[in-house]
Amino acid sequence: MSETSIAPPENMVAVYQRPDALTHVDTHYCPGCTHGIANRLVAEVIDELGVRERTIGVAPVGCSVFVYNYFNFDCAEAAHGRAPAMATGIKRVLTEHVVFTYQGDGDLAAIGMAEILHAAGRGENITTVFINNAIYGMTGGQMAPTTLPGQKTSSSPFGRDVELTGYPMKMAELLAEIDGAAYVVRRSLHNPAEIRKARKALVTAFRAQLAGLGFSMVELLSTCPTNWGMTPEEALKWVKEYMVPIFPLGDYKVGEAVAAMK
Amino acid sequence: MAKGTILIDEARCKGCGLCAPVCPKEVIQMATDRRNAKGYRPAQLVDPEGLCTGCAICALICPDVCITVFREPAPSKRSRDRHKAVFA
Amino acid sequence: MPRELLKGNVAFAEAAIRAGCLAYFGYPITPQTELLEHMSSEMPRLGRAFVQAESELAAINMLYGAACTGLRCMTSSSSPGISLMQEGFSYIACSEVPAVVIDIMRGGPGLGNIQAAQGDYFQITRSAGHGDFHAIVLAPSTVQEAIDLTVLAFDLAEKYRTLVIVAADGIIGQMMEPAELPPMQKPRTTSPDWALSGAEGRPHNIITSIYLGADNLERVNKRLQAKLARIKPNEQRYVEHDVADARLLVVGFGTAGRVAESAVAAAREQGLAVGLFRPVSLWPFPEDRLSELADSVAGCVVVEMNAGQMLEDVRLVVGREMPIEFVGRTGGNVPLPDEIMEAIKRLYHQLESQPAEHAR
Repeated sequence: MSETSIAPPENMVAVYQRPDALTHVDTHYCPGCTHGIANRLVAEVIDELGVRERTIGVAPVGCSVFVYNYFNFDCAEAAHGRAPAMATGIKRVLTEHVVFTYQGDGDLAAIGMAEILHAAGRGENITTVFINNAIYGMTGGQMAPTTLPGQKTSSSPFGRDVELTGYPMKMAELLAEIDGAAYVVRRSLHNPAEIRKARKALVTAFRAQLAGLGFSMVELLSTCPTNWGMTPEEALKWVKEYMVPIFPLGDYKVGEAVAAMK
Repeated sequence: MAKGTILIDEARCKGCGLCAPVCPKEVIQMATDRRNAKGYRPAQLVDPEGLCTGCAICALICPDVCITVFREPAPSKRSRDRHKAVFA
Repeated sequence: MPRELLKGNVAFAEAAIRAGCLAYFGYPITPQTELLEHMSSEMPRLGRAFVQAESELAAINMLYGAACTGLRCMTSSSSPGISLMQEGFSYIACSEVPAVVIDIMRGGPGLGNIQAAQGDYFQITRSAGHGDFHAIVLAPSTVQEAIDLTVLAFDLAEKYRTLVIVAADGIIGQMMEPAELPPMQKPRTTSPDWALSGAEGRPHNIITSIYLGADNLERVNKRLQAKLARIKPNEQRYVEHDVADARLLVVGFGTAGRVAESAVAAAREQGLAVGLFRPVSLWPFPEDRLSELADSVAGCVVVEMNAGQMLEDVRLVVGREMPIEFVGRTGGNVPLPDEIMEAIKRLYHQLESQPAEHAR
């Protein structure tokens, strides 16, 4: 299969199909990895807003390093953590384009901490999609700044010891404190209802950019079945049971102008 | 008559199993008798009674965008009005 | 355009603006901060992009982003900041996007000091970052050259889709000299075909530097090397004085080359057959011409504001047999004409006292 169009059965119409903003390339993500859902949601939103032809994405270093093969719009590959700086460079030159970064927890909350804070601080009119799965996936499951206390990873084999390694970084909370940030929310991808809410949040975030309202970020609690050592279904449940209490879902910053948009 | 149906791209499916448990009508199953070229056991629609409503919850959770969802279009306003006229 | 008294750093900035630079990203660091400050007032006034980044690391990555659009953009820094930027240099080189960087060199290593030096030579002329590549490196020695080479830098960056570094020591950045700026060029605002500009009516463009699979990446490397092989013979630049009958060549770049020029003039007045060879492109090193000259001189005095970096490139070109005297000052010190004169005399007399077959 994998055709460009599928003929509907008699008397029915297609109500869901592959978004135009996605290519037809099979992804390399592990089975059940929620990157696939997040990529798809971003593409759906880009299609819904009708901005595919003026969107430029900036890919991170991490499992989603090849996201530029899956998105059907112009993309750049950034150095680790530097996507917000690259996006700044692009947006400052192409001010009418839709520019966003797509980053994981190492990229955004470790090596890229300065870049994301300052992009928000400058109120850069870009959108960041932050995939938080409490681990470093691509390099084989090491501890991330977002790893939960007690969580075993390949570089915290005895479980994360908060005495030695501190507590998880809560990026939505942190960025919400910054004046230049217009819209900072945390959602999750662990069940269909939450996925719908995540999609709505992405729409708002990109609309905030289109309206020139400043920096927007949607943090998405995500899974890493492979490195968590679980089935995809178990991983979704783990997000709900263990991640949500530490990373509460909700709206951390909704600027007046963003709220007025609705 | 089924109100909806889905088409699963079996070649693309990674057998992750996220779609089957979320289907409200329980008409998706993971195949047990075959694997696709990538070695996964794909999801499949098993809907002999035509229960699928085309709700698209499966497509919502599918990370690999394997599922195309079809649905009967909602009845048109005109036909509803016609009924109204008949029963007025 | 009339000549005006210009500070080097301001001249670099204004030259970039006249050359149509649309975006500048930078971070304060002595001795180039005036360049950033000039950009901070002029770029917004012209409706162009200016960002003072949170670090040089961020600045180079902003430049990388802007360079992906194929439009003219620039950053500047000094030695410790250039070290931070080396990550970005490597990515820019592999991605083949055009970008211009001004390096106003200061005393090192480490935090060093804020005085003038030429200690970045190795790091900017070898690969300016990890992996196999070279930036084009240009070295002005006057404020006029600073202007002319900055304009040239943008042209070369676009012509070859590569990184161009204009490297000057802190004296050139800080000094004031009369110089002529070019007229204002209208900046190009449409992106080239390969660039990121929005996938309207065309397949999407990807700018990346990751290529999994050894053969894939080797293909990319071969392409980069082929490009460097095109640049090497065509972009060697130098200035020479009094070389026709010279027995001894004095070689120096930037301010060291300028001081050497005074020493060569003084030596000539004393009847010594000495010539000056001043590389203006540090990469590609002007090896073709230096090699020719090496056939007719018997020795070289190399003058640098470092512990001997360009010295190695000179040695590579002239060969092991050629006697070389090195005059190097570090820490921000500048070799003065008399130090160079002493070296010239020492070598000259050494050559005189040698049997004829040593002269080539």
